[in-house]
Amino acid sequence: MNDMTPTREQREAKLEGMGCKRKRVEDIRFTQGKGNYVDDLKLPGMLHGDFVRSPHAHARVKSINGDEALKVPGVLAVITAETLKTVNLAWMPTLAGDVQMVLADGKVLFQNQEVAFVVATDRYAADDGINKVVVEYEPLPPLIDPFKAMDKDAPVLREDLAGKTTGAHGPRKHHNHIFEWTVGDKDLTDAAFRKADVTIKEMISYHRTHPSPLETCQCVCSFDKIKGELSIWGTFQAPHVIRTVVALIAKIPEHKIHVISPDIGGGFGNKVGAYPGYICAAVASIVTGKPVKWVEDRIENLTATSFARDYHMTTEIASTREGKVTGLRVHVLADHGAFDACADPSKWPAGFFNIVTGSYDFPTAHLSVDGIYTNKAPGGVAYRCSFRVTEAAYCIERGMDILAQKLGMDPAELRLKNFIKPEQFPYHSALGWEYDSGDYATAMRKMMESVDYAGLRKEQAEKRAAFKRGETREIMGLGVSFFTEIVGAGPSKNCDILGIAMFDSCEIRLHPTGAGIARVGTKSQGQGHETTWAQIIATEIGIPADDIMVEEGNTDTAPYGLGTYGSRSTPVAGAAIAMAARKIKAKAQMIAAYKLEVHEDDLEWDIDGFRVKGLPEKTMSMKDICWAAYNSVPPGMEPGLEAVSYYDPPNMTYPFGAYICVMNIDVDTGVYKIRRFYALDDCGTRINPMIIEGQVHGGLTEAFAIAMGQEIRYDDDGNVVTGSFMDFFMPTAVETPHWETDFTVTPSPHHPIGAKGVGESPNVGGVPAFSNAVNDAFSFLGSTHIQMPHDFWRNWKAAKNLGVFA
Amino acid sequence: MIPGPFSYHRPATVADAVKLLSTMGDEARPLAGGHSLVPMMKLRLATPEHLVDLHGIDGLKGIRRDGNTVVIGAMITLHQLLASDEIAKSLPILHETALLIADPQVRYRGTIGGNVANGDPGNDMPALMMTLGASYRLEGKSGARDVAASEFYQGAYFTALEPGELLTAISIPVPAAGHGYAYEKLKRKVGDYATAAAAVVLTMAGGKVATCKIGLTNLSETPLLAEDAAKAVIGTSLDAATLKKAAAAAVAIMAPAADARGPVEYRKHVGGIMVTRALQRAAGRVG
Repeated sequence: MNDMTPTREQREAKLEGMGCKRKRVEDIRFTQGKGNYVDDLKLPGMLHGDFVRSPHAHARVKSINGDEALKVPGVLAVITAETLKTVNLAWMPTLAGDVQMVLADGKVLFQNQEVAFVVATDRYAADDGINKVVVEYEPLPPLIDPFKAMDKDAPVLREDLAGKTTGAHGPRKHHNHIFEWTVGDKDLTDAAFRKADVTIKEMISYHRTHPSPLETCQCVCSFDKIKGELSIWGTFQAPHVIRTVVALIAKIPEHKIHVISPDIGGGFGNKVGAYPGYICAAVASIVTGKPVKWVEDRIENLTATSFARDYHMTTEIASTREGKVTGLRVHVLADHGAFDACADPSKWPAGFFNIVTGSYDFPTAHLSVDGIYTNKAPGGVAYRCSFRVTEAAYCIERGMDILAQKLGMDPAELRLKNFIKPEQFPYHSALGWEYDSGDYATAMRKMMESVDYAGLRKEQAEKRAAFKRGETREIMGLGVSFFTEIVGAGPSKNCDILGIAMFDSCEIRLHPTGAGIARVGTKSQGQGHETTWAQIIATEIGIPADDIMVEEGNTDTAPYGLGTYGSRSTPVAGAAIAMAARKIKAKAQMIAAYKLEVHEDDLEWDIDGFRVKGLPEKTMSMKDICWAAYNSVPPGMEPGLEAVSYYDPPNMTYPFGAYICVMNIDVDTGVYKIRRFYALDDCGTRINPMIIEGQVHGGLTEAFAIAMGQEIRYDDDGNVVTGSFMDFFMPTAVETPHWETDFTVTPSPHHPIGAKGVGESPNVGGVPAFSNAVNDAFSFLGSTHIQMPHDFWRNWKAAKNLGVFA
Repeated sequence: MIPGPFSYHRPATVADAVKLLSTMGDEARPLAGGHSLVPMMKLRLATPEHLVDLHGIDGLKGIRRDGNTVVIGAMITLHQLLASDEIAKSLPILHETALLIADPQVRYRGTIGGNVANGDPGNDMPALMMTLGASYRLEGKSGARDVAASEFYQGAYFTALEPGELLTAISIPVPAAGHGYAYEKLKRKVGDYATAAAAVVLTMAGGKVATCKIGLTNLSETPLLAEDAAKAVIGTSLDAATLKKAAAAAVAIMAPAADARGPVEYRKHVGGIMVTRALQRAAGRVG
């Protein structure tokens, strides 16, 4: 071997495969302002649309007059529900089996609801036109408090549902009721509570908030009358689903619809569903024959397109005196706003909330969820979490802390006592899931050792004593959170969207010179797929990641996929990528055997090619195999080297993690200081540790925002009082704490590369850690539960209610 | 979030600006840094037909020392204030306060004239100007006049400015050498208006407070001077009982609105704490 021959380490390093902290290739364009977003798109003759919106939360629309608007120079059309009725699009189906007004049809049901769509030659003229549309409203009593939704005399919100006693998910109990969903064994659970030594019961609310990506929802629709084709560029997390939905509701053949998601500036669940803006822009383009752009502003985004959470969870845990849990009972009042526009898999009206047993071995559990309508914006999207998983994790993690407090036990110790043990996997939970793998106690202990948990508890005890002596006005809290997520939706046996199974897909095509392209059915919104997908392929087939181009988001070229949300990209598409790569590798092996004149079975894989067993110098690199695939394949074999895989996962994946937040609170002002935040994540096999770290930082920052102040709040009249970044808490680098990250690796046994997904774990695990820290800080003063968000004034209020200023 | 149509003017002198503003009346608004006006225009809460941009007027720029007074041109940005050695030396509380306004990007554009003239109770400079005993030079078609900051604010967005008048400069008497000062601002995040804020300038003699002024930001529809609170600390060594008394006197004149920063009760409570903390920190700085 001469000096020029690369070592095995050099060959490995050159691939930049799995496990490599490869720099994000997409950042080359993003950091230089060369990204290509929807609003960058300018087509010849393009028009602009914008909405007239309702100032009322609940009102009858008596009339809409667009005459004056049409006199504004540049205004071409004022579209109303009456216009849409002519093409049967005044209402649209939601992903949750409900219907939603595209434009106000007789009534408005939430503030800032879309009432009319003004189309003009530029954005300024469109806004000038909006101000000239005259709408006559007759205000109706608004229903804001979800706990009053099913009162006998509650206002009727959805007149379109009059007389319908059954909805998409079974019987409706009341005119404002959407569905009831129950899981688990009620009798067994009731019995467990009757026999329990100790029980706790608490109504734990997870307030309404919003994903608020920096880029709002937007689209450009262009209808070609000659070809009868509709092109839509949009901020879609799931472009193929949008194409199918458009085909179904607009009755345009699916092959004549081209949906393109260009670069997306963050989604976090906000960009999964279909919004009136898309429909109106499409109709406007069909009507005018010109491209029409619709771009939401910040206020519209926060107040109209898809909130998240708004779950009110009455949580009960039964336990022995020694702290072994024996039963869990949860009832959720789910506020969906004016229309049920949840973006969950179709059969799951409350998403995967039945992961609420968490990381603990509950012998029995029972869950019921009542979905209801209120005069608030529609939705219920999964804001950086798998469907309703963050609500479930918050519910159980607060519940366990409340139980620990009642038992007089340390919350970490209570968790260790109740963890599902490694030998119990695959574990069948009381609410129906099969957990794939986990080693919870190891992760928990690593966290406790890393932060010196015992030392922190000792410091806290000293600080509490000093507070009681009047020597300090600062209290200290430790927020422990141990979460188990359920991600990777999902297996066709239980997951579909509008009847389409939630598989995902990859097509890899290798070129003669040993480079290639991979097209995937997912769509990055910042997750870094162009970087990580190439890393999977690099490790699987020995082509350097730099030589693989990854393409997503164009429905004409990408294989059908269900998109990116719910941490499903790596569990589902990541598996499809590995499987497609393995098909290529199998063909490559046949080509190599032919060229090396040996039997296939005499070859073994070695980093970036094949070698003959026992003859290590007799090799053929993948690069050479690519060339051979185009000129000298074995007789009878088709030339070329490409493969497609559609992957239907056998199970979900179950990432987990142990987090702790150390916080001080000044009781006089309610001002908190996050002293430390440590996050240990186990997402199975780690593809790119740097991207994982970035994901954890981002998710923790969102969790921090949500727990400590970020909310969509309505006043009693249904006015949104947090409709801009002035009042909707969007932390800057100044407020954001320092994050310490750590990991363990417990691969998924059913996933081709053992990966589980990580993008949403920090939001799911982070929120309870922050909230538990606040609650832990106040617990010695006699409180059991303080509702989120924990902003300054509410912390002060909590202190005041506990008699601190007496 | 798109403003309505307007015409744009960029005069080169104060006289021209005043002439434009007087001629066009209520339909014209002067444009300084634009950080209050432009957002209002985007929301169409403000729909001026004419904008008179003051950036072309050299006479509105500059910071100079005139005997015991510092004179600051209205178009001096908060960034320029922060970069000024004269301000750092003779008016350190102005430097401290400017650093608590918005963020660097906003401070590059936002001006001191706009901050004091707009009449927004959330702005930090007005209460500070009252605390420092500043006066404003107002120029209109009938000439120039000086109005004390303490006489300028009449209500939320209502000031002593007459139609067509322009605030052109701010004169601030330099506090005594060795004075103590502090601006305490509680806010939810960078860029936010104060939940409550207090400015204190004091001098001490023989361990006792000799002179004291206290200003309050965003605790009423105008900035406030807490005169009873200031009186309460004169002649004391700022012992715990005095601080409590001063805070109570300040709280007594507060009338904040409930908003997303908190209910009235909270904002008054933390207003008192800001007063206490500002007094303590100011006393600690007396040199």
